[in-house]
Amino acid sequence: MNPATVQELIWAGVLVALAAFWPMMSNGYWLGIGVDVMMYTALATSWMLFSGPTHYISLASAAFFGVGGFVVGSGMSDYDASFWSMLALSAVIGGVLAALIGLATLRLSGVYFVIFTLGLAEMIRNLVSWVQNNFLGSRGLYVLTEFTDAHLYWMLLVTAGCVYLLGWIISRSRLGFALRIIGGDETVARHVGINTAMAKVILFTTTGVFGAIVGAIIAPRWSYIEPNQVFSPQLSFFVVIMALLGGSGRLWGPVVGVIPFLLIWNWVDSNFPNQSILVLGVAFLVIVYFLPHGFVGRIEQLRARARGR
Amino acid sequence: MKQAGAVLSVKNITKRFGGLVAVSNMSFDVAEHEMVGIIGPNGSGKTTMINMISGVFAPTDGRISLRGRLISDAAPQIIAREGVGRTFQLVRLLPGLSVLENVMAGAVYGHKRRWGREAEDFAHSVLERVGMDAMSYAPVSSLTYIDQKRVELARTLAGEPKVLLLDEWLAGLNPTELETGIELIHNLRNEGRTIVMVEHVMDAIRSLCDRCVVMSSGAKIADGTTDDVLSDQDVIRAYLGDDDA
Repeated sequence: MNPATVQELIWAGVLVALAAFWPMMSNGYWLGIGVDVMMYTALATSWMLFSGPTHYISLASAAFFGVGGFVVGSGMSDYDASFWSMLALSAVIGGVLAALIGLATLRLSGVYFVIFTLGLAEMIRNLVSWVQNNFLGSRGLYVLTEFTDAHLYWMLLVTAGCVYLLGWIISRSRLGFALRIIGGDETVARHVGINTAMAKVILFTTTGVFGAIVGAIIAPRWSYIEPNQVFSPQLSFFVVIMALLGGSGRLWGPVVGVIPFLLIWNWVDSNFPNQSILVLGVAFLVIVYFLPHGFVGRIEQLRARARGR
Repeated sequence: MKQAGAVLSVKNITKRFGGLVAVSNMSFDVAEHEMVGIIGPNGSGKTTMINMISGVFAPTDGRISLRGRLISDAAPQIIAREGVGRTFQLVRLLPGLSVLENVMAGAVYGHKRRWGREAEDFAHSVLERVGMDAMSYAPVSSLTYIDQKRVELARTLAGEPKVLLLDEWLAGLNPTELETGIELIHNLRNEGRTIVMVEHVMDAIRSLCDRCVVMSSGAKIADGTTDDVLSDQDVIRAYLGDDDA
């Protein structure tokens, strides 16, 4: 991932400002899609902060997202806690969980890291289900708030904006440069003096914090929370596919992947509900065969060609 | 060029990989501004020695110290920050980064910790010294082998190491490139750097090294001025076998 420019930050600011008007221009179906877009933009961008430069593919997004949803659900229905305090708590728990996973997976790379994160997310899902069933009494949790879809949309927009801003700052920092070096060759990274373990854990922790925040914000939308639903591994795959479809070379890559993917997904899901999973497979093939560097890679290729002319 | 006081000190170092003893009870000192060659037949443990000094793995036994500070238990990034820089036997560049960024990587996290313009300017000056500044913005995939080696050397120099470890830096070069390479290292020597080099190219060792440590089957069999060592009977026997000695 290349360092982001000031120009990119200004563009991002303008886009966030424009996106804030979406709830005024839409409702129902299209507002729902807007919420999905914001949710996945925040998730995929935060995923990219770590996986973009280091090339470590994490399938643990659902674990953090689920923790966020579950903490809000459990806190509000079992302990009468407020939504905001549970939002803050889920960010802390998501961060701690990510730091622990990061420390446990430091020695793994390549496919071992991928499988380990997937397995760990599944283990957490089952663990939470088991605790919920055996010790906390009820299976489902109610999250009843006054929030409308528009409120959730705005909260997610702010979160996505924060993720972008943080990513922008990191990409221009020593830490961001260190991650690019780690992505290039970890042995070299260590021998030029980079504490590779520390750099990876810090970034993975931010991914965990934002994953949990998004999960917490989206919880009121469902009203009724069940572990199997918020910890669904499908979400982890969605995040990866959208980020890769957009391209991991730039910080704004994920948003370019999230929008077309969700539009197609929703269209197929409402017209051919049984075939929707096919979209996932096709998206994978498209990435592998036609867009190895995502839309971003293709856009930059075309730009370079235009400049060369 | 020898001066008193060792910069790098290796004491009774042993490395075992399971039952295999790769390095056995090695000791040698490297003084400031000295250029020491580690030579020996293939498989004699030279690269293992370099790997232990740079912290790739810890020795099974013994101690390595840099200016009196123990480094043999430390992680590679700590050793790098203490001032040990190295190149790799098979050149290792960062493929997604430009030539300039590759060299900046060495400048940013070393003991000086430069950043921003300062790191960029410094990287340019190091690239100029190895004769590669014109290629600053090229992708590394477009470089020839000698140029890749020069960029890797520049990255190591950018960390301003107190001790520079060159692991077969001249291997794989064609005769013209070899000449350029030897000249480059000669310049480093004239700058008064402290260098430890593992090398097979005898011409280079003769013209560059003040002193040589000879290893055979993991143990030190000779240590002295280059001329003395290269005419030593044990050394000739280790390289050529009993019949020719």
